[in-house]
Amino acid sequence: MSKEIEKASVDRRTFMKGIAAGLAGAVLPGGIAEAFDWDAFLQKHFKEMTDEEIKKVIERLEREAAFDWKKKIHIAATKALPNVKFGYGLDLSRCIGCRKCVHACVEENNQSRTPQVQWITVLRFKKGEKWIDLENSEKYYNPKEVPEKDFFYMPVQCQQCENPPCVKVCPTKATWKEPDGIVVVDYNWCIGCRYCMAACPYGARRFNWAKPSIPTQDLNPETHYLGNRPRYKGVVEKCTFCIQRTRTGKYPACVEICPVGARKFGNLLDPQSEIRYLIENKRVFRLKEDLNTEPKFYYFFAT
Amino acid sequence: MQGKCKVFLDIIVAALFSFLAFLPGAGAEEKPAEALKDNIPKFFAPKPPSSENFPCSKCHQFRATNKTKRKLHEYHTAVELKHAEEQRWCYDCHEGNKLRLQNGQLINFDKSYQLCGQCHGTIFRDWKAGLHGKRTGSWDGEKLYRLCVSCHDPHKPKYRPIEPKQQPLKPADIK
Ligand code: HEC
Ligand code: HEC
Ligand code: HEC
Ligand code: HEC
Repeated sequence: MSKEIEKASVDRRTFMKGIAAGLAGAVLPGGIAEAFDWDAFLQKHFKEMTDEEIKKVIERLEREAAFDWKKKIHIAATKALPNVKFGYGLDLSRCIGCRKCVHACVEENNQSRTPQVQWITVLRFKKGEKWIDLENSEKYYNPKEVPEKDFFYMPVQCQQCENPPCVKVCPTKATWKEPDGIVVVDYNWCIGCRYCMAACPYGARRFNWAKPSIPTQDLNPETHYLGNRPRYKGVVEKCTFCIQRTRTGKYPACVEICPVGARKFGNLLDPQSEIRYLIENKRVFRLKEDLNTEPKFYYFFAT
Repeated sequence: MQGKCKVFLDIIVAALFSFLAFLPGAGAEEKPAEALKDNIPKFFAPKPPSSENFPCSKCHQFRATNKTKRKLHEYHTAVELKHAEEQRWCYDCHEGNKLRLQNGQLINFDKSYQLCGQCHGTIFRDWKAGLHGKRTGSWDGEKLYRLCVSCHDPHKPKYRPIEPKQQPLKPADIK
């Protein structure tokens, strides 16, 4: 994080606290006020900005990112495509638990290497009677080869709920659902309170306890404002269905990497899409359906 | 931490109940998707055949066809038939430089999915619809399909196990 932003974001919080305490005027000592980045502080809510304003903000963020990460970063603000609502399918009868998706996601989406942030968690269950035994579900499994006899695997990531509880609890409206159904986070509005993490029934959100660290050469410079652009210390992040890829027609990185083709993706509004085909032809289920979160992430057994 | 574990377990409980509800009949209900039925994909991720074995005729034109079922010792020793091998042998699928369908029709190696499709109809249909197997490219446009044989050795089609990528750090390992 550049000095300016670090200060700006710290001050933003101090400032908020100050307001709460009725001391708004007192919290900006002269020294800090000089370095204070008013542009960052006064940045409007993403949804209320005009295209022109977004452009300006992005120019500033690109400048800061280039300085911070010693690399030219492109930040897109591609809008949701009309008549598109994204849906995801995961075939549990094919998944072999290889975790290629986990790592492809980390690379595509610029997740922190240390401390480790991963948007996808692959759970392992024992088949048959015993897999009811919840204590034995595992995310640290580490055999020589997968799939292992008698086990099956279930990757979990943001379920992109139509009725997302995380959005409801956010006190700063820093997270919301886009028209194409993707739940996004504005890292410049997130104050790191982590209410959303507590509200998410799927444990899908991750917190940056420290400034993310990513080797410069591994940083993916093709980013989206609402997706994989570099994050700050103290903000929450999560899967965005690879918004930077999918809004330009590409498959998410996890779909492309999956060696067994267990991951399916498409437009729920298009009757010809593979996601519609699988919903109509296979028995699908969603996690914790009873909570009425309406995930757009469908698990199924193809066989 | 307790709270977190609880949330986590809740997910799993919900997941498992859903599994139970759906497991027995999974996939049993299949509507014919007419629109997709003959929709043979156009683009394939290339799967170059081994150069040493193609064309087959470079050796086989000098060899009499031997239809006796046997273990091969001289050549093709890597070809081990573990695919309904009781019922069939090499020449059920091979003829000259081509692949052979059950009706005797010969096809090129790049159309091997037709061969597989004869016996694995449901999977073949799912594959055409993009469900079985993998495709990459554009969710809304052109897609590259993987051939059945990119993932399954036709002679021993069970998917080969692979090495998993690194597991996440355990909280105890974080310094
Ligand atoms: C480099 C020479 C060579 C090439 C190229 C080759 N073969 Fe063979 N093939 C042999 C030899 C030698 C045997 C006899 C192996 C034995 O009996 O142990 C054989 C045996 C076979 C057999 C067993 C039945 C029989 O007639 O003996 C089949 C089937 C076969 N080959 C198919 C193929 C196909 C299909 C290709 C092309 C994809 C091919 N071969 C390419 C050398 C070759
Ligand atoms: C189920 C049908 C089937 C049977 C039975 C079968 N093959 Fe094949 N074989 C194929 C297909 C399909 C390919 C093409 C694979 C590809 O495109 O990669 C192939 C490829 C080959 C090749 C070329 C592979 C390479 O890359 O070198 C050889 C050699 C071969 N088969 C030999 C045999 C022999 C020998 C037998 C009997 C022991 C046999 N096959 C039985 C379907 C079959
Ligand atoms: C003549 C019919 C026939 C053809 C053609 C055929 N198969 Fe099979 N296949 C079977 C039968 C029967 C089984 C089940 C018995 C077994 O597993 O050996 C099977 C099993 C399989 C399995 C499951 C194996 C396992 O152990 O889980 C796979 C995968 C498979 N086939 C793939 C293919 C592919 C790929 C092709 C095309 C190259 C193909 N099959 C062509 C009849 C066929
Ligand atoms: C992207 C890789 C991939 C492609 C492409 C692919 N499969 Fe599979 N297939 C798998 C995996 C993974 C499994 C599950 C593991 C296993 O049982 O071997 C599977 C399982 C199967 C099975 C076993 C039955 C079942 O339901 O588990 C059959 C039969 C089969 N495939 C046939 C085909 C045919 C036919 C094609 C082409 C039309 C094809 N596959 C294309 C990866 C693939």
